[in-house]
Amino acid sequence: MKSRLQSGGDLILPVGERDHRQGGMGALATLVEYGDYQCEHCGAAYSFIKEAQRVLGEDLLFIFRNFPLTGAHPFAALAAEAAEAAGSQGRFWEMHDLLYENQDNLGEALVVKAAQELRLDSRQFIADLQNRKFKGRVREDFMSGVRSGVSGTPGFFINGSKYMGPWDGKHLIAALKSASHNKEGDSYAVR
Amino acid sequence: MAPLKPGTQAPEFKLPSTPDQKVALSEFRGKNVVLVFYPADWSPVCGDQLALYSELSGEFEKLNATVVGISVDGVWSHIAFAKDRKYRLSLLSDFEPKGETARTYGVYRERDGVSERALFVIDGDGIIRWSYVSHVGINPGADGILKALEEIQS
Repeated sequence: MKSRLQSGGDLILPVGERDHRQGGMGALATLVEYGDYQCEHCGAAYSFIKEAQRVLGEDLLFIFRNFPLTGAHPFAALAAEAAEAAGSQGRFWEMHDLLYENQDNLGEALVVKAAQELRLDSRQFIADLQNRKFKGRVREDFMSGVRSGVSGTPGFFINGSKYMGPWDGKHLIAALKSASHNKEGDSYAVR
Repeated sequence: MAPLKPGTQAPEFKLPSTPDQKVALSEFRGKNVVLVFYPADWSPVCGDQLALYSELSGEFEKLNATVVGISVDGVWSHIAFAKDRKYRLSLLSDFEPKGETARTYGVYRERDGVSERALFVIDGDGIIRWSYVSHVGINPGADGILKALEEIQS
């Protein structure tokens, strides 16, 4: 499947099946975030994105990819792998939300508790973390960000182009609206 | 002052990495070297930039490259900074005479007394193969460096 959402601009790994997505592939605006669960700026961005999702509704497709900077953030890799492990049990976004909402308490105890809260298969979840089952996938996300020019977190792409502007709720929503207006009337077909 | 261009022999330097150790560019012969000139320890953009390169140390190793950070800060500042941020790369001190190495590479900001945010990729023969000067406040990322190194290795 090829679409204008997925080509042009500087996001080198197109949005696709491997991604965790909120919204439909046919949305007018696609926001890709490269984020780190322990980065406080990403914690702030988390609320702004929720706000943008409320305002734009079905016009927005949101994708989160991991970009943990593990030197600065000792729990960033654990958190990223925990979200992926939850994702393999169908609960990526629930874990994503819990991690950002409890960012101040990030650590082993928190992810284990979150897994219980989400009624995951805890044994599987813990085994996946111990075996670093999703380390490779997280690294794949990270390298796709590096190759797309992400230099720190949060790194945003709107409709495939790097977004360098301010990302507080007001600005982010304005940028997404303007991107979706540019898309309106385009005849590309995506499902 | 213009930054040295690709094709130029990289000027030799010998700068302190610790209070009693110096590192010379010529020690890296046969290996690719990425020189990362940055304005100052502790400033937020530098932190992110070096954190990114530190995170990529495995990728750089695979490309037969060593990454070296250079600023006008003293060794003690570098030591505290690298320890605080858990960097896996060495930081050299272009401290005395201040900014001399940055000057020879054409990336010293006389008015500010610090270097530009500049990148040089040097091959195993000591030839500059790629260089980039970014806006002081903007983190240039790593994609350009990786591409330059891959080109050398190919």
